[in-house]
Amino acid sequence: MSMKVQTRQVDGVTILDLSGRITLGEGSVTIRDSVRDVLAKGSNRILLNLGDISYIDSSGIGELVSAFTTVKNSGGELKLLNLTKKVHDLLQITKLYTVFDVKDDEATAISSFTK
Amino acid sequence: MVDSNSSRVSFTLDSSLDSVNKIELTAEQVAQRAGFDEDTIPHIAMAVREAAVNAVLHGNSYDTNKHIVASFETTSDSLIIRIADQGPGLDPDKVPDPLAPENILRGSGRGIFLIKAFMDEVNFRQLHPGTELTLIKHRTPAQPGT
Repeated sequence: MSMKVQTRQVDGVTILDLSGRITLGEGSVTIRDSVRDVLAKGSNRILLNLGDISYIDSSGIGELVSAFTTVKNSGGELKLLNLTKKVHDLLQITKLYTVFDVKDDEATAISSFTK
Repeated sequence: MVDSNSSRVSFTLDSSLDSVNKIELTAEQVAQRAGFDEDTIPHIAMAVREAAVNAVLHGNSYDTNKHIVASFETTSDSLIIRIADQGPGLDPDKVPDPLAPENILRGSGRGIFLIKAFMDEVNFRQLHPGTELTLIKHRTPAQPGT
């Protein structure tokens, strides 16, 4: 199953609800394009909801990191929401868990963005 | 003596993402048949996928004239997966450490690290041309033979 993205706005934050697999040639490109679109529209406060991501490989992890640095370099913030155990464990193993700002609750995540 | 717990299957595949997906699925099925638990099976499948991606992408560079060979061998004490490409060769000692502070924000370079994290043994062999990765996961005594 390839990855799907749905975009919504809450209090000035763009939430990307991702579902499916983030792997080389599937979700990786979709994430890159989605984040680029959001930035092009002038929003740089982005919350990636990974609650329905069933699988992520090293390419997908790399794409999350690239998205994080791209948004940060544009003066914005990118945070992660609702990690599954698999994704959580992978971010721990790769020492990226503390690099990202990871949230478990959408309302808390929204209010944590710089106003 | 024939070991009834042993089996071996091998594929020669194109340098494509379809091949990667096929190898990953086969790894999952073989690991399941070998009796690995539900936490370990996805780890084996992911390690094998990463090895296949390396072979297709970094080894053969999607070259349609080059192939990858994947073999899956279940012995009485281990699952042994070999993935070989026909690329320029890979020196594992030259792969940057993805956990080093200067590399932590890189957008790639975590595949071999994850393979090593999820498998018990990982060996590299130069084929001239190409590289063969051997991934080994040991079966525990509780795992039934097939």
